[in-house]
Amino acid sequence: MGVEEGVYKAKTGLPLWMLGLGADLLWADMNRLLGFLFHQGVLDEQFLQLQQLQDDTSPNFVSEVVNIYFHESEKLLRNLRALLMEREFSDYKKMGSHLNQFMGSSSSIGAKRVRNVCVAFRAATEHNNRAGCLRALEMLEHEYCYLKNKLHELFQIEQQRALAAGVRYPAPVQN
Amino acid sequence: MTVVKDQRMDDLRDQFPVGMRVLAVDDDATYLMVLETLLRRCQYHVTGTKNAITALKLLRENKNKFDLVISDVHMPDMDGFKLLELVGLEMDLPVIMLSANDDPKMVMKGITHGACDYLLKPVRIEELQNIWQHVVRRKYDLKERNKTSSQDKPNGDCCNGRGSSATGNSDQNGKHSRKRKDQEEDDDEEHENDLDNEDQSTQKKPRVVWSVDLHRKFVSAVNQLGIDKAVPKKILDLMNDEKLTRENVASHLQKYRLYLKRISRVANQQANMVAALGTADSSYLRMGSLSGVGHMPTLTGPQQFHNNAFRSFVPGGMIGRLNTNVGLNMHGLSSETLQLGHAPNLNNSMNDPIKFQSAIACGNQNGILAMPLSIGFDQLQHNKGVGFSPIQDMSSLTEAKQTFAMSNNGLLLKPDRENRQESGVYNNLTSVASQHSQFSLPLLDHGRCSDIWSTPVHSSGTNSYPPSEALPGANLSGASSITSLSNQSHDSLTDIHPQGLTFTNNSGLSHFPFQGWEDHNHDRSYHSNVIGNSVDSLIDPEGHTSMKSTFNRNLDFNFCDPLKHDGIVGLSEENSLKQQQGYIMNQHKSQSSHTVNNLGSLEEFVSSVMQQQQLDKVKLLDGTYLCDNNYPAGTSM
Repeated sequence: MGVEEGVYKAKTGLPLWMLGLGADLLWADMNRLLGFLFHQGVLDEQFLQLQQLQDDTSPNFVSEVVNIYFHESEKLLRNLRALLMEREFSDYKKMGSHLNQFMGSSSSIGAKRVRNVCVAFRAATEHNNRAGCLRALEMLEHEYCYLKNKLHELFQIEQQRALAAGVRYPAPVQN
Repeated sequence: MTVVKDQRMDDLRDQFPVGMRVLAVDDDATYLMVLETLLRRCQYHVTGTKNAITALKLLRENKNKFDLVISDVHMPDMDGFKLLELVGLEMDLPVIMLSANDDPKMVMKGITHGACDYLLKPVRIEELQNIWQHVVRRKYDLKERNKTSSQDKPNGDCCNGRGSSATGNSDQNGKHSRKRKDQEEDDDEEHENDLDNEDQSTQKKPRVVWSVDLHRKFVSAVNQLGIDKAVPKKILDLMNDEKLTRENVASHLQKYRLYLKRISRVANQQANMVAALGTADSSYLRMGSLSGVGHMPTLTGPQQFHNNAFRSFVPGGMIGRLNTNVGLNMHGLSSETLQLGHAPNLNNSMNDPIKFQSAIACGNQNGILAMPLSIGFDQLQHNKGVGFSPIQDMSSLTEAKQTFAMSNNGLLLKPDRENRQESGVYNNLTSVASQHSQFSLPLLDHGRCSDIWSTPVHSSGTNSYPPSEALPGANLSGASSITSLSNQSHDSLTDIHPQGLTFTNNSGLSHFPFQGWEDHNHDRSYHSNVIGNSVDSLIDPEGHTSMKSTFNRNLDFNFCDPLKHDGIVGLSEENSLKQQQGYIMNQHKSQSSHTVNNLGSLEEFVSSVMQQQQLDKVKLLDGTYLCDNNYPAGTSM
């Protein structure tokens, strides 16, 4: 075992503890994180649906979708902030449409809390409540950052787990 | 390779619903990807696009390429409802609407525009697994119509026997008639009939393309018979077209009636609005900018917005104004002012802006508002249609309406035929806008109308529109001014068309601003991502507040970008609006539906305007139709 692991270590560069047994631990970590996020309401079952859509034909589906989501969302957030920062801002409708898109994409990946903040934000725009919009935007940015961090964490664990699992069934070692 | 692929596709189609070809349209990239994957998981063959205009192009390229369309409601370049209408009218495909918003008014709007279904995001895979029913239902209905309508068939008895139900069938949903038919089939020994029907339903029916000419013939036949008395058989006889079947005419008539209903509703609403609001205002500027942006600020706060909007969205402003003007004028003036008789005059005077001016009794307060109808007409001639994005923000209409209501010859610009883009438009519009006879103008050219309406059917190459060819780039700004002007009906259509051509011909053009914008943002997002990530590593999850502040700092970006974006949106909105107007114009023949016709094209405007406005003032005449009050259905971003 020692010799094998030594070889693997050289190949993968992973610390010893991540090999073999490490995969299980990582899996547990991932599930724990997921459970935590569900419990907090950060994610909902739509995220699970995404995971179910991931299979051999689209092995990185979830991370691809989430990356697109991050990209689009940051654009939207920038737009929203720019709109609100206008000195003579009054284009609530435009904000509403940005929000609509944000809501749609957030709900599509199961970002429940982000979506809920969008709903509140939209209500503020419908009442032309600029102060309310600003508050909602702050909250939205906050939630979004939190979600992003957590999802990055999740993906990291997933990557490590995949690596560790792969290590268990490696290609034949060449002597 | 292509041959093999086609073969495989055919095989897939035979295993229906597996392999059903779906076109998915959604501007949200995240959701589009999820949707495509979900649909593929249901074993459908999916083509996805972010752009509604691209979607229309794809659909028009090959009428038989898709079985079903799924589209988002809120899209920046074209309103989902507009796309829905166009697809229904041109290609007769089932369309499913998608939205993150479950406002029942939006759902209602989807229904009135002819959607087969309205799904809420996020859509579950179970819901998608059943969407093939809409394709089958449509085929079934067609089969129904074939059965009930055919009187040429040798089975005269059975046909006559079902005669009473036939007309009912063609106008109703298939369910009841289908049931009855099945019973009748069982009772009668019409095996031949059954066989015929089976043949018809199994073999692929070539889709009828409702071209400009065809639609024109159709409308003239309908008007000749009288809208109430028009039955498919008579229309078909009048049209005297071999390739049409009674069923084609029946389904087209159904859609046409829906359109008219909607127009009249819109007209009524507009009338109310005009009555309720009615003071001239410099809101037109607001309107313009708003429409350009696609958003409608509340009526109460136009001033500040006006300044901003005007500065940044001059073209949009124009557009907005046009729309509002046209709509308002049309609406404000009673239907009597619309005279069919004027149409011929108008037709002739299409090329002559001066005639328009004389027709105009009162001037427009806002010179800008006076959009050149004449210009529109000229353009009508060249009009080609590319199905363009629907006008999204009609709120400006209501406001514009106010400006128009006051007839005032504020600006009478010299008619400048040469310079279509700026002066000519102004000239004509000013005079036309305020004039009663203006109303007749929009009605005028039947042919034009039909041209406009069916423009989407034609390829852009058929008509030649000099301005569009000349300056694709410049057209964007010029077009906006033109489009705004030509709201009145044909005008808007013609105006749009050149733009439309521009857009279609230079697909890159319409996308360019977006791309620039996105790239720009892309850099920023990357930057912010980097910051975010670095901060992330420093702070634990609980400390994301600090990260947030960092994140915020990096969010400064070019404010102009969205404006650019909006400008484009505004233009495209104009285009779509115009298209609709053209369609409406075609229908105007019957005197009874005068106002309806004129406003028809504006219905999109009106509905969106209605939504935008605090509609407290306006009462819905027709209780059955909901007015989208708070949620801007028309706006899309």
